[in-house]
Amino acid sequence: MNKTKAAIAGLALAVSAVVAQAGEVEVLHYWTSGGEAKSVAVLKDLMTKEGHDWKDFAVAGGAGEAAMTVLKSRAVSGNAPAAAQMKGLDIQEWADLGFLADLDGVAKKAGWDELLPSVVSDIMKFEGKYVAVPVNVHRVNWLWANPEAFKKAGISIPTTWAEMIASGPKLKAAGIIPLAHGGQAWQDATVFEAIALGMGGSEFYNKAFVEHDDATLRSDKMIEIFKMFKATRDLIDADSPGRDWNIATSMVINGTAAMQIMGDWAKGEFTAAGKVPGKDFICAPAPQTEHQYTFNIDSFALFNLKSDEAKEAQNTLARLIMEPTFQEAFNLNKGSIPVRQGMDQTPFDSCAKLSMKDFSETAKTGNLVPSFAHGMATTSAALGAISDVVTNFYNSDQSAEEVVVKLANAIKASM
Amino acid sequence: MANKRPFTDMLADSMPKLVLAPSFVIMMVCIYGYILWTAALSFTKSRMLPQWDFVGFDQYTKLMANDRWAVSSQNLIIFGGMFILICLVIGITMAILLDQKIRQEGFLRTIYLYPMAISFIVTGTAWKWLLNPSMGIQQIVRDWGYTDFTFDWLVNSEMVVFCLVIAAVWQSSGFVMALFLAGLRGVDQEMIKAAQLDGASLPTVYRRIILPSLKPVFFSAFVILSHIAIKSFDLVTALTGGGPGYSSDLPANFMYAHAFTRSQMGLGAASGMMMLGGVLAILIPYLYSELRGKKQ
Amino acid sequence: MIYTQKTSPIQKLLRVALYAVLIFMAAIYLLPLVVMILNSLKDVEEIRSGNLLALPQDPSLAAWSKAWSSACTGSTCDGIAPFFFNSFKIVIPAVIISTLLGAMNGYVLAMWRFKGSELFFGLLLFGCFIPFQVVLIPMAMTLGWLGLASSASGLILVHVIYGMAFTTLFFRNYYVGLPRELISAAKIDGAGFFLIFWRIVLPLSPPIIVVTVIWQFTQVWNDFLFGVVFSGVDNLPVTVALNNLVNTSFGGKEYNVDMAAALLAALPTILVYVFAGKYFVRGLSAGAVKGA
Repeated sequence: MNKTKAAIAGLALAVSAVVAQAGEVEVLHYWTSGGEAKSVAVLKDLMTKEGHDWKDFAVAGGAGEAAMTVLKSRAVSGNAPAAAQMKGLDIQEWADLGFLADLDGVAKKAGWDELLPSVVSDIMKFEGKYVAVPVNVHRVNWLWANPEAFKKAGISIPTTWAEMIASGPKLKAAGIIPLAHGGQAWQDATVFEAIALGMGGSEFYNKAFVEHDDATLRSDKMIEIFKMFKATRDLIDADSPGRDWNIATSMVINGTAAMQIMGDWAKGEFTAAGKVPGKDFICAPAPQTEHQYTFNIDSFALFNLKSDEAKEAQNTLARLIMEPTFQEAFNLNKGSIPVRQGMDQTPFDSCAKLSMKDFSETAKTGNLVPSFAHGMATTSAALGAISDVVTNFYNSDQSAEEVVVKLANAIKASM
Repeated sequence: MANKRPFTDMLADSMPKLVLAPSFVIMMVCIYGYILWTAALSFTKSRMLPQWDFVGFDQYTKLMANDRWAVSSQNLIIFGGMFILICLVIGITMAILLDQKIRQEGFLRTIYLYPMAISFIVTGTAWKWLLNPSMGIQQIVRDWGYTDFTFDWLVNSEMVVFCLVIAAVWQSSGFVMALFLAGLRGVDQEMIKAAQLDGASLPTVYRRIILPSLKPVFFSAFVILSHIAIKSFDLVTALTGGGPGYSSDLPANFMYAHAFTRSQMGLGAASGMMMLGGVLAILIPYLYSELRGKKQ
Repeated sequence: MIYTQKTSPIQKLLRVALYAVLIFMAAIYLLPLVVMILNSLKDVEEIRSGNLLALPQDPSLAAWSKAWSSACTGSTCDGIAPFFFNSFKIVIPAVIISTLLGAMNGYVLAMWRFKGSELFFGLLLFGCFIPFQVVLIPMAMTLGWLGLASSASGLILVHVIYGMAFTTLFFRNYYVGLPRELISAAKIDGAGFFLIFWRIVLPLSPPIIVVTVIWQFTQVWNDFLFGVVFSGVDNLPVTVALNNLVNTSFGGKEYNVDMAAALLAALPTILVYVFAGKYFVRGLSAGAVKGA
């Protein structure tokens, strides 16, 4: 009796073990906020429907810092997760070290080359082969505004940086914080990047933050940009240091603040709060960047795994990510636009439609530039060096003339 | 045969060493082996993952020229020094006060001690609310009618490091108090009685007899507190995130950022070695004099 | 304790002042906890509009139940409850093993000294100071090589290794204070290494075992860095879940849920201190702090 029981139990265990192993994907990501978590849930559901097991390894915190630590430790222990959220030049570095799986099979079958703009596919490829799959395109140079606040102050939403500074006293007089901002290094860099792009233009931007041209970094133009950057300090309340971006967004949502410079993931917070674009809140390109676009592309890199089931599940994951169902559902939640071209635009709101239009237009005019603040333009070492200089400048009384020298030196030292 | 000792005896003789052996191996590998490994890494140009292209002292030169490193090491000196000093002062004062036959001593002791039970992540989060000017203490006092009251250290680059001290002292001073209280209970009562019979006043008894006999407790407390100070990492992450700017950065955070987030593992390793060097420079003389002093 | 015989008015006044100081300090120590408890009982709107120290107008445990069982910690929304089990699964073996190891090491270092045993102790003491960030990558490589990467056993091993220095320190300092004669008499009677430990030393150890267990339990329970790096997705401890939870928001931050979750995560260690705190101080008095 007992023996049969044990045998049955053993069999059940063995069966469940087989089932659990077949097509399990462990996904390491740092999407835990607002629309982000909802968006991941979409992918998880799709994978489950295809019969695979999704193991959610979410590690929140500081733009994926903790997640990156986990990933590195896992990789050196020979136990990388099936997929990890990763972007920009990091993909190239991981591929160069030989950790990433070749996705060309899936890509060929689904025709990714035709579906993706070349700016995107270049980032996803290493030595001509796909090693990562893009999820979405974020526009970073957005200005989010609360129209009610501007009505109260009796002014219109600024379209140049000078106007923005000028709007400060009037908004303050109406009891409104002009600019909602979280004093964290990457948020400082996000504002700085928008000013640099607006005042310097795309060519200047690329020279400084993609090529790191020394003369450009030390130029008078750069000094001017830093001066404007410092001027925005007056628009911000004293309590900003350490504030998370979504808290800053909620200040715009509830009207304590008038504007925020932030990528379109902020829209997820607005919509989650039941706000309607164009009515309750305004999305506009950041001042002076109407015909420019800083992009930030989220992607998943898939790691080399041994078992065939795991590879099969990985390929399914890659295929699903690029399929219209996921692209639409995911991006509706996250606030970004589909990376897959030629999608039906009707379900998207006006902000996303504007983003889609500007994305394809700027791609033709050379005004589509990678966001350095979000690791699309340069190595993580150079990004770290730049953001240290920028955030320290913003929070100290350093002069703009001093800081350009620091910037150029720091970038050189990070190479 | 006769002069050979039985095997079991030999085994018994070397038993202490055998018992210590696994710990010894673990220590040599997982502490000193890893330190050597890190030392080697600090001489390479490793970026994302360890790579063994040696570049001499390049990473150390870069580190010395790095503004943020200067800020974070300076912060550690201020933070560590104040944290240890204040904890010791509060700890011993509270222990003496609590040792005066207090009713409800156990209850009070638990209150002083409980912060030690909480992780720095929770401590940091709680103090972030309390120190936040628009939500916390500043606002509370202003709501009471003192509208000019200002307490904005958390968002002030010059003062933020003291916020780290406040939260860390809150967390650890109760533990130091417990250490000293335990020490006070261990002091020879006969000696105190004798001194009191000789007419020594209470402060004299404390100064001349009790405090000197607490020297070993000072030592234990110092070791534990400096251990906490050097490893303070979670607290910074949760309380300030290193900000405003990088004004509240500590070396452990610097190293973590460079080794893991920024793909500058070589530089991170160099900063780790500098931290260990600093510990060595402060601790070894102290340990040496204490351990030697005891033997004599 | 100091014994004073007569009580004059001045001494009475001093007594009152003494109690006042002690109670004031207790209030400061309690402040963060009180703020967290008060606000975990409010709703989000009340926190935003009101004073942090104000009493909740309509106290509710909704935030607590959400934090426990339905708050999102990533793409799953089961609260932090599932992670509690993971934490216990790691903490209990890690505490037991590191305490035993510390007891054996301390026993040798205090009572069976040999040439080099003091050096070993010094090296171990210095080892306490190694920043954990330094060991992450080499430790990950070692665990991978041992086949223990991303497993509960791997994480337990890591906690045992880096807890060893402190547990050894505690036990050694305690055993140094035990009367020598006890051991030497037993040795003369021909009792062996383990017999002496088992029959004589261990029965005298409960005070220091309590101290060590409390210390280790707190350290391991509160760890985030090792937990997130070495545990693997199936064994993530509660600190990782807490970190995810406080970083999660849906159109506005739910401070009340964050605070409730933080309190829940801290509850086991707080309870340990509240109920075993007495033995903790007693154990410390019994010798943990004597000598080094």
